[in-house]
Amino acid sequence: MREEISDMSEDDETGERARWAPDLSKNRSDDSDSGPGPPIGDSPPPFSDQILENVLENVLEFLTSRRDRNSASAVCRSWYRAEAQTRRELFIGNCYAVAPHRAVERFQSIKSVVLKGKPRFADFNLVPFGWGAHFEPWVKSFGAAYRHLERICLKRMSVTDKDLTIIAESFPLFKDLTLICCEGFSTFGLAVIAERCRHLRVLDLIEDYLEDEDDEVVDWISRFPETTTSLESLVFDCVSCPFNFDALERLVARSPSLQRLRVNHHVALEQLRRLMARAPQLTHLGTGTFRSGAGFGEVDPNLDLVSAFGASRSLVCLSGFREIEPEFLPAIYPICANLTSLNFSFANLTAEELNPVIRRCHNLQTFWVLDSVGDEGLQAVAETCRDLRELRVFPLDPSEDSDSSVSDIGLQFISEGCRKLRSILYFCQRMTNAAVVAMSKNCPDLVVFRLCIMGRHLPDRITGEPMDAGFRAIVMNCKKLTRLSVSGLLTDKAFEYIGCYGKLIRTLSVAFAGDSDGGLRYVLEGCTRLQKLEIRDSPFGDASLISGLPFYYNMRFLWMSSCNLSMRGCKEVARNKPNLVVEVIRDGVEEEEEEEIEAVEKLYLYRSLAGARTDAPAFVKIL
Amino acid sequence: MEGEAPRLLDLIPKERDWVGKEVCKVKNEIEEKLELRLGLPGEDNEKEEKQSAKSAFSLSFSENVSKRAFLGSVETNEGKGTERKASGAPPEAHGTRNINSSIANNSSQTRISNAPVVGWPPIRSFRKNLASSSISKSPLETQDGGPVKVNEVDINKKGCFVKINMDGIPIGRKIDLKAYGGYDELSSAVDQLFRGLLAAQRVPLVNEKSGGEKNQEIKGLLDGSGEYTLVYEDEEGDRVLVGDVPWKMFISTAKRLRVLKTSDLSVSSINTVSRKRAATEC
Repeated sequence: MREEISDMSEDDETGERARWAPDLSKNRSDDSDSGPGPPIGDSPPPFSDQILENVLENVLEFLTSRRDRNSASAVCRSWYRAEAQTRRELFIGNCYAVAPHRAVERFQSIKSVVLKGKPRFADFNLVPFGWGAHFEPWVKSFGAAYRHLERICLKRMSVTDKDLTIIAESFPLFKDLTLICCEGFSTFGLAVIAERCRHLRVLDLIEDYLEDEDDEVVDWISRFPETTTSLESLVFDCVSCPFNFDALERLVARSPSLQRLRVNHHVALEQLRRLMARAPQLTHLGTGTFRSGAGFGEVDPNLDLVSAFGASRSLVCLSGFREIEPEFLPAIYPICANLTSLNFSFANLTAEELNPVIRRCHNLQTFWVLDSVGDEGLQAVAETCRDLRELRVFPLDPSEDSDSSVSDIGLQFISEGCRKLRSILYFCQRMTNAAVVAMSKNCPDLVVFRLCIMGRHLPDRITGEPMDAGFRAIVMNCKKLTRLSVSGLLTDKAFEYIGCYGKLIRTLSVAFAGDSDGGLRYVLEGCTRLQKLEIRDSPFGDASLISGLPFYYNMRFLWMSSCNLSMRGCKEVARNKPNLVVEVIRDGVEEEEEEEIEAVEKLYLYRSLAGARTDAPAFVKIL
Repeated sequence: MEGEAPRLLDLIPKERDWVGKEVCKVKNEIEEKLELRLGLPGEDNEKEEKQSAKSAFSLSFSENVSKRAFLGSVETNEGKGTERKASGAPPEAHGTRNINSSIANNSSQTRISNAPVVGWPPIRSFRKNLASSSISKSPLETQDGGPVKVNEVDINKKGCFVKINMDGIPIGRKIDLKAYGGYDELSSAVDQLFRGLLAAQRVPLVNEKSGGEKNQEIKGLLDGSGEYTLVYEDEEGDRVLVGDVPWKMFISTAKRLRVLKTSDLSVSSINTVSRKRAATEC
């Protein structure tokens, strides 16, 4: 759980309008489809201006914020050029918003790329396999243009082994590969990276899905260079296939800079102990499992484990803990006070087992846990973790009828104890408005509020009223709120409040909520900073979709599935806004299906300079 | 917005929820094809909320619907064009318990029946199946991944899965012997596995009152006292009564399980371990 991950999910980027692309709401007379500034290939400026540009470039080197850079590029041609020369990090929030060659033509000295692909609802199986977000065209363009590229960070992209090979071959200075929620590659590609990227510092594989067949797994760990490496971070807990442990142990031993290591579930405690002995300088450790590899009734490694953790004075972040055997948990007690981040979201522990750990974690700022912690466990968190900034409570049994042990009571505790809370993700079965209101008042620093009442359309547990009042309080009182996920029984009123007060909201997720078109209208008209809107199973129809026409160019995307949309409405949007790509996604489509179904099941629309993409599969219809 | 697909008739009623053991996914596809529903022809599973009408039978039938089986079938449907392998269809190992309590809940809630929906609750697939993860404990050398991971594509190669068939039930299942600590756990798992199916076989088709709670527990599997007896086949193909050898030895030698009618067992057809040993020693 590095900070970067939280940033990615909350989408910290401040460039609300993808400002490096043109400001599409204004009418530009000189060039309609490139940025504010001259078309490529303008004649060089006079000499005095060149000096000024050089000076400017030296100054702009220090400008790192994306938003500032976008503003600077809009000042005049000279600044546009200078900014383009000095930009080092390229951030592209939607890989289909611009064609690779345009990015590469404008920015010529990029060292770091962040690229995002599929909409977030792809994580929940709402986007059919094969939809797109292929890294290939990008890596080919980058490979040709950016000799000095050092870092690539991809989220929800489809990445193949061939793409990884191109990375390994094209960038001699390559240092950092971070893949989040990606798919399409295998251990073969990892082996190529390990072997050829001699300066690799970071290899972080986070929640990816690898393609390995059991008999084709490659021993990629062994492919790292035999000499001392510059590895600082190696995260591979999502790589589910077995690996060569001895090779890993040797690799860790010859990587003196290693700070972050997260292994997969093929590591038992005896092995973990050995790894920790090799790398006492670790700051972030993912344990894989937390059980003994021995069979029943064999050697108890507990003593060694205690000293292993005792010796790891630098550990501030712990995660893993799959298949946990609770009798080994006391081994971590000595270091709890040092922890700022603890991820127990795979540890099926009771509240009693968690309590001694929680009670020792005075300095915790980030805590991820399963709902087996219970309301009483959250009370312990509230009493102990006064510095908590981020809390995520996941369901042990993610279904609508499971017995969740957390409720409004736990939320109330947290709100009273953890006043500095900035980000919360809370899965529960029932909730009350009162608890949500309490949180809105007690935690004014909230930036991210994501509440998931797993039962659909459930009202306040005690009063039976809709949850409108709770969310109203959130948007009214939490003045820094930029990300909101709503749930429970919600009427249009809730959206009226969100539109009225949620002026900083950039990301809004809606499911099974609202009464009529009015709800969506309120949001589109009111939330002026809205960037990403994802809606499912809510009764919003064509009228509300069309009401958003003035605003879609200011947003990155809109996703609507299982709402009341029809082709007529979607076509009108497409007709009206030429720089919007309007995708209608169907499930289970046969190739020869000619007749059009009027009802639109899934709509994904996004602004784009690149026009309709050419790699859309058969089940995607671009209007 | 609230219509759920009512299950008017289930030709093969779905099995009840049981806690965390593996199941054959194929069955779900068969069930899905055979189930009759009220709704427009050719409608998708996912469209049930918008297009289906409520029916008087829906409330009582929803109680019988195993969410996991439905979820499996929805996911399978989705799987044709969507996320494939294990990432798309969450392995059926996690149970949604308390169908009985959901009956009580239904009357007091404003929402209607609990047919699950794709992608809800919004949890990524690798976070599912955590409830069963702590049960499996096995030596690391066998590379048994346990049921936790999302990427467990081919479950045949991991764990110790054996087929289990029950007399009178056409479709067998698969269970992971390593997931149990002993014979009692195994027996109770078999009971839960087949209880619903057995009840369905007995009850005439058109009877919506055949609620899950009336199913008879399958008892006495190990000691011959019940209507059924648990039997296994070893490497040589012989049938042996379950329960005589130490558990660990049983896991390593059992290749297949059967649940036979006790009345069908004759003294001569079934070996006990002691008789087998005597035979080989002669």
